[in-house]
Amino acid sequence: METINFEDRFQEYVDSEQKVEPKHWMPEPYRKTLIRQISQHAHSEVVGMLPEANWISRAPSLRRKVALLAKVQDEAGHGLYLYSAAETLGADRSDLVGDLLSGKAKYSSIFNYPTRSWADIGAIGWLVDGAAIANQVMLCRTSYGPYARAMVRICKEESFHQRQGYEIMLSLCRGTKEQKEMAQDALNRWWWPSLMMFGPTDKESTNSAQSMNWKIKRKSNDELRQEFIDKTVPQAEFLGLTIPDEHLELDEKTGHYQFGPIDWEEFYQVLKGNGPCNKERLEARNKAHDDGRWVREAANAFAKKTLERKGENSAA
Amino acid sequence: MSDTDNWKIWEVFVRSKNGLSHKHVGSLHAPDAEVALKNARDVYTRRSEGNSVWVVPSEAITASAPEEKEALFTPADDKVYRHPTFYEIPDDVGHI
Repeated sequence: METINFEDRFQEYVDSEQKVEPKHWMPEPYRKTLIRQISQHAHSEVVGMLPEANWISRAPSLRRKVALLAKVQDEAGHGLYLYSAAETLGADRSDLVGDLLSGKAKYSSIFNYPTRSWADIGAIGWLVDGAAIANQVMLCRTSYGPYARAMVRICKEESFHQRQGYEIMLSLCRGTKEQKEMAQDALNRWWWPSLMMFGPTDKESTNSAQSMNWKIKRKSNDELRQEFIDKTVPQAEFLGLTIPDEHLELDEKTGHYQFGPIDWEEFYQVLKGNGPCNKERLEARNKAHDDGRWVREAANAFAKKTLERKGENSAA
Repeated sequence: MSDTDNWKIWEVFVRSKNGLSHKHVGSLHAPDAEVALKNARDVYTRRSEGNSVWVVPSEAITASAPEEKEALFTPADDKVYRHPTFYEIPDDVGHI
């Protein structure tokens, strides 16, 4: 009799485009890779609230303010969906949050850049959310069921994020000379970090091949980056803004834009913790966690008291 | 992490509109049912996704194991006589 081992059977199952669900047998590295990826994704949503929250109190109109508030609230929700998905793999929520607060866990480097002007809020929605959406649309088809379902939900909600960002850019570009300069300045600062969001080139990306095999990822970093550039360049042209890349050029043969070299040294520096805001972001997260402790304690005390009262009532 | 941070997990079910069943949408952490309901409303119904929410402690759910899938569900596969198309009725009879 021919024996098939569990790993081979799992690979066959995934290859047949069926979803893996929480209680299914899965290779330990598959589980670990997913916990790492999903929790990093969750951390990114949570830390991602910080650069934008910086502008809530200074939004230029009530319309912009409610939109930004709703967007930041969505990011919190997205973090929660993702932590829940990670928990279905046996991860413990408090461990995950603990790793973020201690600085052990990684999150998307993009959020270690500062938001200097209101135009940055436009650029983040347009570019950062645009890049995130490219990645997340792909992840709607990831092989792990709970992750895929969280992504479907997130993608539905994210489309407003990008539109509100582009609308901000459009208003600035149709405004005064100074406003348009603000928009250009924001594009200049966010363009390259946005391209880095897709991660190292396929040649340098160590985990990619295995993730593609397991169908956790369905497209490579370079494919997604190219897709994003091709989609975004015409949007910049519509705004009348210039992408800060002198090598950017449409290759008529392939229909894709060629672009200049990415400064990976900067990427790795920010990843290592040496970005402009790494320290500030972690401090803000820790402060929020500490400041919220009394709320959690009060909720616990109230839950305990309610339970005790119920006990007394049913005894009497 | 302290106990303060380790609330139990609740599964959330939302009815999108009257006439439909509640459907599982995800999970969350809360210290008690009341807070779980409030959190569920904020986390899972920000865009009018529902008009009724259930929260159930995850630990209260008993699930079938994937290994039992065959024993549990394949016996139904060969019982075609449980479906209406198994029975042959002439077209002349009309809709039945």
